[in-house]
Amino acid sequence: MEHALISPAAYAIFGIPAVIFSIIIPIAAAALFAYIIAKRLAPLVMARPDYRFDRPGRRVFNVIKFWLGQWKHPRYMVAGVIHIVIFFGFIILSIRSAEMVIKGISEGFVFPGLNTWAGDIYYALKDYAATAVFIAVVAAFVRRVFFKPERYTYPESYPRNHTWEALLVLGFIAILMVAESLYEGAAVAAQVQAGLESDFLAPATLAWFFKVLMLDSANSTLQGAHIISYFVHDIVFFTFLCFLPLGKHFHVLTSIFNVYFMRLDKGNIRPVRYGVGDEALDTLETFGVKTYQDFTWKDILDFYTCADCGRCSDNCPANAVGRPLSPRFISLKGRDYTFDHFPVFGDFLKTDENIAGTVYSEDEIWSCTTCGACERECPIGNEYINKIVDMRRAMVEDGNVPQSLQKPLQCLEKRGNPYGKMEKKRADWTRELAEEFEVKVLEKKGGSADTLYFVDSVSAYDERMQSVARATARILNFAGIDFGVLGKNEKDSGNEVRRFGEEMLYQELKDQNIEAILNSGAAGIVTADPHAYNVIKNDYNSGDLPPIEHISQFLCRNIKNGKIRLGGPGEEAGQKVYTYHDPCYLGRHNDIYDQPRDVIDAITGVNRVEMARSRDRSFCCGGGGLMLFYEAREDERMGVRRVKMAREAGANVIVTACPFCLANIEDAIKVAGLEGEMEAIDLCELVVQHIGS
Amino acid sequence: MEILVCAKRVPDTAENEIEINSAGNDIKRDDLVYSVNEWDNYAVEEAIQIVEKHGGSVTVVTVGDDESEEILRREMAMGAENGILLTDEAFEGSDGKGIAALLKAAVEKGNYDLIMTGAQADEGYAQVGGMLAAMLDYPYASLVNKIEVGDGKLTVGREIEGGNIEINEIELPCVLSIQTGINEPRYVGIRGIRKVASVNIPAMGASDLGIDPASVGADAAGVKRIDYFVPEMGEGAQMLEGSDDEILEKLIELLKSKGGIK
Repeated sequence: MEHALISPAAYAIFGIPAVIFSIIIPIAAAALFAYIIAKRLAPLVMARPDYRFDRPGRRVFNVIKFWLGQWKHPRYMVAGVIHIVIFFGFIILSIRSAEMVIKGISEGFVFPGLNTWAGDIYYALKDYAATAVFIAVVAAFVRRVFFKPERYTYPESYPRNHTWEALLVLGFIAILMVAESLYEGAAVAAQVQAGLESDFLAPATLAWFFKVLMLDSANSTLQGAHIISYFVHDIVFFTFLCFLPLGKHFHVLTSIFNVYFMRLDKGNIRPVRYGVGDEALDTLETFGVKTYQDFTWKDILDFYTCADCGRCSDNCPANAVGRPLSPRFISLKGRDYTFDHFPVFGDFLKTDENIAGTVYSEDEIWSCTTCGACERECPIGNEYINKIVDMRRAMVEDGNVPQSLQKPLQCLEKRGNPYGKMEKKRADWTRELAEEFEVKVLEKKGGSADTLYFVDSVSAYDERMQSVARATARILNFAGIDFGVLGKNEKDSGNEVRRFGEEMLYQELKDQNIEAILNSGAAGIVTADPHAYNVIKNDYNSGDLPPIEHISQFLCRNIKNGKIRLGGPGEEAGQKVYTYHDPCYLGRHNDIYDQPRDVIDAITGVNRVEMARSRDRSFCCGGGGLMLFYEAREDERMGVRRVKMAREAGANVIVTACPFCLANIEDAIKVAGLEGEMEAIDLCELVVQHIGS
Repeated sequence: MEILVCAKRVPDTAENEIEINSAGNDIKRDDLVYSVNEWDNYAVEEAIQIVEKHGGSVTVVTVGDDESEEILRREMAMGAENGILLTDEAFEGSDGKGIAALLKAAVEKGNYDLIMTGAQADEGYAQVGGMLAAMLDYPYASLVNKIEVGDGKLTVGREIEGGNIEINEIELPCVLSIQTGINEPRYVGIRGIRKVASVNIPAMGASDLGIDPASVGADAAGVKRIDYFVPEMGEGAQMLEGSDDEILEKLIELLKSKGGIK
């Protein structure tokens, strides 16, 4: 097709051929970009190892789902849609942008294939893409400047405000879209004016609008617009590219890698050091993340990739109740530290500074309940729990443990439970059942049962939670299962011991439990404690252990096969409106959402409602295990928040499937002054009320 | 500064259910879990913090049997450099004065600027620190909850009944008995204990200390326990029974009915 304007490749500015700029700009920018990226890669290369090169199939699947498919974005509908438009716009326009750059050198350049029918489709598509991106950018700008969503705000405790970065980048993108469209619009307007056959412009696109607007403009105006918009595009394009690695928009480049390397296994905690087995832990000089140098390369990639969208913190229960923790700033402060110590220009500053108490406050590190809401929400696979646990490991190593946690830890070491209760009383909760049936206590050699009921400390010793243990035993007995408990041979499962950074104590508890479980000869394990379920399933990592089931899975299975039948709610219970609270270690960490609900729904005529925050957006009740002993700085208890949520949903009974949730929620009902109005019950207790009736 | 901290292995009240034995002269000790006396732990932490700031080393000493070594290792895992175990059959059954005499001998074997003890231990006598100071003819401050190191002397804060604090200057060398709350003792993990598991801890008997075995131990004790019991319920006392919740409910009811709370 004939052109009516001089192309940038053929144009001369004050006698200087413009093609010189078209060559110099990309070369200079590419060199600068390569230099910046090399500097940014340096800390990753120097970082500790992280094994993330396995299972490429699943990793590619994740890239397709989370990166290309933008899977998590619609969880925030408005921002998500805006992002999806910009994301796909970028992908579509990347070909066009590359073509533009080359066109400045060789005016007739077209990528192979685009001079066919495919090109007709592509060029129309990219016109719409540019227009859609422009509209999305304006919408994003309006949101940021006028609506100011809460999750984008910066607290006083974080002195750097990155809002300008966001606005600058929105500006860059808007300019790119306008420049590309103007470049083309001017060319087509000139073709029309010259009576030539004109290039097709998709109607109602930016380029089309520019063409219509400029149909009556002087040829010199069109020529000027064509050339200026070309070089504006060229310069902004490369400025944008080199700006990306300097701030939160690095995610444009890194997110595909971050998603590829994201965690594949749920519920587990990473080893103290990749490549060092549990039995060799004693050989390590140091534990955990004490200085920046102790982070793994994936930790640093997380820092780089954080887009500062605030979704993690928006879902963080600790942040919600005013604890000094906001996962977003775990990433941002990590990135700030990286950029400050590994600057693009100047020498790297390596320090042995302890990051606990400097970069991150100690309270910040202990405030996390490891509920996993942040990781579940992050659209690009950033992780927090492993970093928190690793920083705790280093603090434990230094003896820097809150006083309130020291006693329970010492009790765990000496007695195998955080309460300091006698080992021989671990099965005392069964005494009340003696008249109904016998619970086998597999303490002596030779004792065996088909199924092992792993009780764990809280249900074994806490007076209130013993009722959960008894309900569990009644269910197993009713279903005709030959089961037993380990009694004094059972130790705390260690889920929180590990998550609070006391790795060696966890290792001891784990070893003792594995040995005891194997000695019991059981072919399967059942537990009613999601924390025990999680750690045995995901952390013990012992191929010898029999499979473990949470009681809700057991119940669901046995209700479906007819072994357990549940009766109606009865007269009094008929007035009740139930809601199910997802325990973090059952739901988010193990994806068990439906079975407990199915069990509740199996009660004839039961009235169950859902809370606004449910399933993988469940709101942590306050944490289990050692978290019960931690005295957090907070404005309100998480449990109180949760009880209010249940009330808003119209429920008066909160059913949960975790003894810690039950403890926190029952306490919260009292603290909130809702006794008599609201109640909490464990799934097992609820089932026992209706079993066989 | 060279600091010696005297520590004792005691049944941990947080981890045990204490019951009187059938003979009625002691508590049942079969299933007990032991740990370092809490006050002594604070003393060791304070000593470590002084050494971290001002240099020197911390030595922890205890009188006991082989099992007492575990508390020395725990305190060494915290940061004490040396441990000394004073053990001899002749030491068994010593009263407070006997223990103080043994510790005095240990002090004289070394070259310490500062001796610390916990304010008291499981039996609540709170006597060894004072006796040790007297035997050494050192100045003594009890219930210390603050220490500042000066030149050849210390400035120490002492807790007075009613929450008041008194500040004293005390000449070195001296003996201090340490009150809980003076600091926040660091946590000792299993890894820390393993690191010092193979460190040699010297054991010293009567002859090593140059002590006449007859001057210590049960026979030499001037104080002898002759009975041990839970006091009879007196007039007006009432034992609340039931589950925790029931006990609480009854207590609240009682307090309300007697005008304690409204």
